[in-house]
Amino acid sequence: MTAESLAAKHGFKVLAMPDPDRTVKGCYIGDLLSWVMGRARQDNAWITIMSNINIAAVAALSDVSLVILAEDVQPDENVLNTAKAKNVNIVCSPLPAYETAVRITSDV
Amino acid sequence: MSEFLNFHFDVDGDNFVSAGQASVQMKKNMRQLGLSPEIIRKVSIAMYEGEINMVIHAHGGAADVNVYEDRIEIILDDKGPGIKDIDLAMQEGYSTANDHVRALGFGAGMGLPNMKRYTDDTQIETVVGEGTKITMIVYLG
Repeated sequence: MTAESLAAKHGFKVLAMPDPDRTVKGCYIGDLLSWVMGRARQDNAWITIMSNINIAAVAALSDVSLVILAEDVQPDENVLNTAKAKNVNIVCSPLPAYETAVRITSDV
Repeated sequence: MSEFLNFHFDVDGDNFVSAGQASVQMKKNMRQLGLSPEIIRKVSIAMYEGEINMVIHAHGGAADVNVYEDRIEIILDDKGPGIKDIDLAMQEGYSTANDHVRALGFGAGMGLPNMKRYTDDTQIETVVGEGTKITMIVYLG
């Protein structure tokens, strides 16, 4: 499923969607950036509560297709501008990380 | 010496806002060179870890990436405090990062292990009080 379709289907709030047609395959949950860099796979949805500027670089470098901020975490404007420049999709879920993952599991 | 392309980056120390800029730029460069996604991913991750280490521990430094016909060489050079115990630093989960750094999501103790995992060869030259030079190689094809 594409990043845009996944967000629409589950009612995730779109914060940055510069690459809407990107396919989402699989999912990784984590907040420690090095861990994510090393373990997340290409095209994964990455679910995190980390919302600082560094998530944009980590998402771009690890080739995840979508960042889902769990628990309604809101990044600042700077993060979203950086994400758009780096072609990183970011959405926001009201649910905790685990429940967000459970909800999308059959779509990714 | 065979022909190679050099990409040089100055890594700004203590600036977590722009941390990763060199790695992101290098990733773009590698895409333009037509390298495979797997090679790009390996080099990007290893370089990012090195770049973050230089920001966290060494007040910045220099990163050079040399692209040869058969390999990519990443050289990270800093004038930081050096690594006291390399064996310990290579252990997953070991970190000397402070709480501020950890709050940003760094300091997982995966930096050097990831650099080793994603490259074919990692050489660390370090002198306590003088600095650290890390040379990593990823073979193409």
